[in-house]
Parts: sequence; structure tokens; C-alpha cells
Amino acid sequence: MPNFFSDNPDLQFHFNNADMREIVSLIEDDYAQAKEYNYAPVNYDDALENYRKVLEVTGDIAGNSIAPRAAGVDHDGASFANGHVTYADGTQKNIHELSQTDIMGLILPRKYGGLNFPFVYYMMSVEVLARADASLMNIYGLQDIGDTLRKFGTEDQCAEFLPRICTGQHTGAMVLTEPDAGSDLQAVKTHAYQNEAGQWFLRGMKRFITNGNAQVLLVLARSEAGTRDGRGLSLFVCGADETVVVRRIENKLGIHGSPTCELQFNDTPAQLVGTRRYGLIKYVLDLMFRARMGVSAQALGISQAAYEEALKYARERRQFGKTIYEIPMVSNMLIDMRVTLESNRSLLYSVAKLVDEKERMEDLIEKLKAAGKPSAEESARLKQLVKIANLLTPITKYTLSESANKITYDALQIHGGTGYMKEFHVEQLARDARITNIYEGTSQLQIVAASGGTLNDVLSGYFDECEARVYKGGFTKLADHLKEIRRLFVQSLKYVVEKKDVGFQEVASEDLVQMYSFVYIGYLLLAEAEIEPRKIFIANRYIVTSLANARKNAEAIRSELFGDLLHADRILQ
Amino acid sequence: MHNSIVLVKQVPDTSNISGKVMKDDGTVNRSKLAAIFNFEDKVALEFALQIKDTCGGKVTVVTMGPPRASDILRECLYMGADEAYLITDRKFAGADTLATSYVLSEAIKKIGNYSFVFAGRQAIDGDTAQVGPQTAEKLGIPQITYAEEIVDVTDNTVRVKKKIDGGYEILESRLPLMITVLKDAAQPRPFSAKRVMAYKGAKSLLELEKMAEGNSLLYSDKLVYEYRSRSLFIPTLTAEDLEIDFARCGVKGSPTKVYAIESVVLSGNDPERVENSKAGMNSLIDKLLEDRILG
Repeated sequence: MPNFFSDNPDLQFHFNNADMREIVSLIEDDYAQAKEYNYAPVNYDDALENYRKVLEVTGDIAGNSIAPRAAGVDHDGASFANGHVTYADGTQKNIHELSQTDIMGLILPRKYGGLNFPFVYYMMSVEVLARADASLMNIYGLQDIGDTLRKFGTEDQCAEFLPRICTGQHTGAMVLTEPDAGSDLQAVKTHAYQNEAGQWFLRGMKRFITNGNAQVLLVLARSEAGTRDGRGLSLFVCGADETVVVRRIENKLGIHGSPTCELQFNDTPAQLVGTRRYGLIKYVLDLMFRARMGVSAQALGISQAAYEEALKYARERRQFGKTIYEIPMVSNMLIDMRVTLESNRSLLYSVAKLVDEKERMEDLIEKLKAAGKPSAEESARLKQLVKIANLLTPITKYTLSESANKITYDALQIHGGTGYMKEFHVEQLARDARITNIYEGTSQLQIVAASGGTLNDVLSGYFDECEARVYKGGFTKLADHLKEIRRLFVQSLKYVVEKKDVGFQEVASEDLVQMYSFVYIGYLLLAEAEIEPRKIFIANRYIVTSLANARKNAEAIRSELFGDLLHADRILQ
Repeated sequence: MHNSIVLVKQVPDTSNISGKVMKDDGTVNRSKLAAIFNFEDKVALEFALQIKDTCGGKVTVVTMGPPRASDILRECLYMGADEAYLITDRKFAGADTLATSYVLSEAIKKIGNYSFVFAGRQAIDGDTAQVGPQTAEKLGIPQITYAEEIVDVTDNTVRVKKKIDGGYEILESRLPLMITVLKDAAQPRPFSAKRVMAYKGAKSLLELEKMAEGNSLLYSDKLVYEYRSRSLFIPTLTAEDLEIDFARCGVKGSPTKVYAIESVVLSGNDPERVENSKAGMNSLIDKLLEDRILG
């Protein structure tokens, strides 16, 4: 009876050590909702007990119901016939169970049937579910569009669309991408127009729409005729009526349970969400914060599953008269995987908490404004939080999705030839992981997104504080390593800035962003090692590896490894 | 509208029995094993909840057991049960199926007003499959055992698909009726997060008394009142509450005595290979005739 929440000591560590007191108090209106709902917490401890119990229930169905169906879901996949998408049999059962469990609206307000959970615990649920079946997260995780409606939609829109998302009767889709507008969403062409009565309609084609067969569609469309950039785009919500045609679904490498649809909007009646022209520049960017994190948690879940498979196999498989676990080269790979998993988890939940803080601060400011109270202090804090989140959410997505590929790759490698065969689960994990560093912004775009904050060294004050701390005896060496990584970063940053070469800077920014993330994660791990002695092993390997990588990155920049970009045409001729 | 009463039992997790948990007399040392929800009883609860989903009515769960059996009653509330009774008393300890079914039937009479009594076919600790049928006998209601499916329900009757050797039969009965169910008959629904959060603090009388014992500021009467008003009280029935014949309860009321327990290893003879030829077939037929399997 595996429970994917309780059986993971590192996840337990993060659950037990997350200080969420302020966030929970804000999201629960100082626990006022307990008067109205018998399942709302009465105080902080009660809230934590709720989160734990619900994650245990989630871990139970993940381990005992969803994971056993994953191979079937992968084999059957979602199917398409006569304009209609059908989920794999296992996916249908999974959705039914998640609905029975009442978690399809985990983060949505109670008044619409949701559970009002903070973002951190939502990310934990995504990790746990993705470990069982990565493709399911692309349905479960789309409750996020409900959150966008909560924040930017009207009360009527919420009342119309959210209750059925919470019961699981309806699922959602983010309908952004088009054939000519993938990474570059500013190029969206789908046309939004109004009739004389002011009713909006949508017309156009959308492609690569995850769960595009959903009943609630959040659509990015061009509402301002004659515009060509992001400022002419608005966000719309509509139900999937007969004017929304699914033309086909894609035949993909992985996540077979999640249908990826091509959609045609034939004068579909829609409602404007929020303000015109804010579609991309405000609402989609806000959605992306959360979507990046969702994919990161998905990537972590897949990585955890791959690691478990590799560890189990290594302990069972005997060669040369012993288990391959006992072969140093293999156990070294396993340790690398484990250290990556734990350092990634630290990053994910640290940044998830940051997103929570940011969102709670937004809610608070909204409330203060509505009550006619001053909110300058909160606004200043929000500004700072947004700046850091703008840096750390893409770093999280980049790090965790790239790691998922590396971990599943190594897990398959540990299986040897067996791992290449369909009979073993690990090949599916390797295929499923591959999308995580592509969708919701490729790794390259994450670097672009993170490079602003990195080049501006937005964490420098925080790092100064970390450096000024006194670390216990055994940690001094590691703290010194982190100082050295930071020194290499600052030196490399200076070099890149002074070079004033845009192309060079763009390529070098990957090295810079990596170095910056090493310092951030390194300090997280040092802090954890002070709480839990075993974590010193994780901190040690992570920081020593990072120092070596930072030296490599610094050397690449200093010796102008990418100087030959100027000669790209000749090299590639 | 059909009210259901479901009999559930907390059992030792016998899937992990090692030498350490067996006592010298061959019985199981329950304290060494994790206590779990007897799975077939969970299926029985699922049947009752499905009746509630389709016909309306109330689902009441009953267990007889020690105070810690409240754990599975909370799980019943998480799944969707409306009320859960703990039947507990030192006088009930050591009961065999006869004494158990006597107490349960008296508790069911006390709760009253039901169309269905559901139970798992059997519990994994005793494997007797007797408590359901004996309870029905004592209640004077008909019973259908080994149920796989409720085919349909009217106001006064029900049709049930019952598993039999090599197939099934469909039986019709008047209500009220006792039904015992098989483990594959339905998949128990997962816990509802809302119900988990709402009922995680539900407590039985004994648990509240224990809380009061440990804290001089608390009084169990007041606690019961408070928990009842918040719908968090697990009603608890003792021998006195049931007004029953103590001589028919617990060890006293249990004629079953364990004479001896031995470990039996089942084994067959070595397989014999028969050539795929006319001569081989003839010798096989001769052998089967000899063993009186044929003819």
C-alpha cells in the first residue's frame, strides 16, 4: 500500500519545516471561514492538520490507484474520433477518483466548492500525482485557470465556471498557442470581435492546446484590430459549445494520457476577462508564474518516480556476484540523482512559498483598497516579491525540468538494456519527462526570463545576509565555497556586462543564471542541514558539484567560449 | 428513501504475519500487528453509499470493538457515512460469532429504521463468514450472502446478484434485508477531502473521557455536549445502553473454544508427464478410472 506522500521522507521534511503561519492566516481571513464551513480550519495547527491529511489521501490514491493505471494510460492514450476526444479508460477513472476526493478545486475558494489551499500544498499535490502519472497533472493542474478567473474575472464568471471545476464535472484549458505563435505569443491572431449588443465572439485557430477538449476555455485573442503586438491581446473565457471544433489531437512522444488538441473557434460567444489589452501583458504572465511552477512540480514527480525505479532495480539486479547497487559507479549515479532530487525540492518549495506570499499580498492589497485603507507598505513589499519571483520561477522551471531529463536518462541507464524495453516503467518516465523543458516556455526562454534578475543581481542583499551569518564548524567550508561561487558569478557578470555584446550576453546568461541558482540553492541546503543532520550530505555534494560547475562556467565566459558565434554561418555551412 | 446499517470491523493486518506475532498457543498477538479496516466491510459501506446516492436515505455504520476501533469509524465518515456507532464494553471482549452477532443485532434493533444491513462477507482475522448471517437470523430478516451487485431496488424489494460456484444467480427479496458482499463487488470510494477535514476530530465517548482524564479543566459530559453540537461525536453504546443479557456476551456467551491450531502445508504429489500419443492417452484414462475420477 504505497502512499506517495507519506513514503517520501524528503517531502515530509519540507511539509514539516515550511513556516506558513502568515500565509495561512491571510488566506483564511484569520480563520473566519471556520464559522461558515465545517471543513475550514480554526487555527494554524488545524490548518496544517488539514493539509497533511488531504495530502495523505492524495498520496494514497496516487500510490494505490493512479500509479497502477499509468502503463495502461500510456498504452491507450487519449483518442479522437468524429470530432470527439476520449480520455484513456485509466484517465477517466483517475479523474473520477480525484473528483470523489474533492481536490479538483484544491486552490479555489470555498464558496465555489473549493478547498482554499495555499499554493505550496497544491504544488505538493502536483508532485505526488505526477509521480503516479505525469499526464494526469495536465488535467488536474488546469484548475489553475479557475484561479485566474478568481483573480481577474467577475463574480458572475466565477459563479458560472468555478463550481463545476471544483466538482470535477468540468476541466479547463489555457488556449494560447497558435501555429505561428508558440514561444512568441505576441503574434497571436485569433480574432475577438463584438456585435452591436457588445457580445464578444472568437474566430481563429489554436494549436498544441493541452486538454483542449475541456469544457472551460481561457482564450488569448486579438481584440484590438490593427494591432500586432501583445498590447492588442485580451483574455476571454468561454464554454466549449458546438462552435468550438476539435480538429485533431497530436500523436506525441510522451504524456499520452493528456490530449493535445488543435482547436477551431467559429464565432464562439465568449466573455472578456478583466480589462481589454491586458490579456498577455498581465493575465497570461500571471498565469505563467503558476504554470511554470506546476510543470516544475510535475518534473519533480517524474524524477522521483524514475529514481525509485532505478534504486529498486539496482538493489535487485545481480551481476558479477553482487547487486549493481554495490558497484560504485552505479551508487554514485544514484547519489547524484538523490542529491538533485532533494536540492530541487528545496528550490521548488522555497519558490512556491514565495509565489504564495506574492499572491496573498495581492489579495491583501485588493482588500485594503476596497476598504479604503492605505496599502503603500504592502505594495512596496509586493513589488519586491514580484521582482524575486520573476527571477526564481523561471530558474525553478529551468532547473527542475532539465534535471527531470537527466534523472530519467540516468535511471534508464541503470536499468541497462532492460530499461529500453516497454516492459519496464522507466522508458515511459524518460518520454514523459521530455516535454517538461519544452512546454510552458522552453528552457531557453526560462533563461531569458531569469536573465534580467540575474544581470541586475536582485538577490545581492539576500546573499549578503547569508554570507554574514556564522555557520557551525562543519559548514564553514561549504559556506566558503558558496562565497567563492558568488565571487565567480560577480566576476563573470562584470565581464559579460562590460563586453556589451548582446549575442554573447544572451548565450552567456545560461552560465550566469546557473551560477546564480547554485548560490541560492546552496544556502537553502545549508539552512536545512542545520535542522536535519543528514542533509549535510546533500548540501556537501550539491555545493562541491556546483563549485566545480561554476568554475567551468566562469572559465567559459572568461575565455569567450561563445566568441565564435560571429562565425556561425561558416561553422554551420 | 432507504436507510442502511453497515457492519464494519477493525482487523489485524494479516498480510504481514511473521513468527513474532504468533503466540505459543497458535493464536495471533493482535497488539503486534497494525490494525486496518477489513476490506470487504469497506466494500459493504460502498454498497450502502451507492444506495444512498440513488435512493436517498441515511448510512449508519456500526462496529463492535475496542476503543481504538474509532479509527475505522472516522474513515467511514470520510467516505460518506452519516453516523458511526462504536459498540464497546469489556463485557463484550473475547466474543465468538454467536456472542458478536447477538450484540450487533441488539445494537441494530436499538438504532432501528433500516431497509438494508450490509456487511463484508467475512473478516480477514477469523474468516468465519458467520457474523452477517447470524445477525440476520437474530433480527429475523432474510439474508443474501456473497453479493456481487445490487441489480435494482424498489420501495419494498431488492434484486441482488449473488455469486455461486461457476456462475451467479439473481435473487429477489423483500426489505429489510441483510446482504454480505464480496471484495471485488465494488471499489470503495476514496476519502472526501472535505469530509476528512470536517470529521478528522470526531471522537467516541471513550476518547473524550480519556481527554477529560488527562486535563482537570475538561469534563467528559461537557465535551460530549460540545462534540455532539459540532456533529463530531461518535455515539458509543455499552452493555448497559443496550439492556441485554450479559450471559450471552463476550467470553461467557461464546461456546466456541479453540481446541488446537496447527500449521498445515498443503502439498500435491509430483506431477506425472503423459506422452501426447494414443498409448499415453490410454494410460491416462486407465489411471483416471483407477482413481475413480472417471467412470
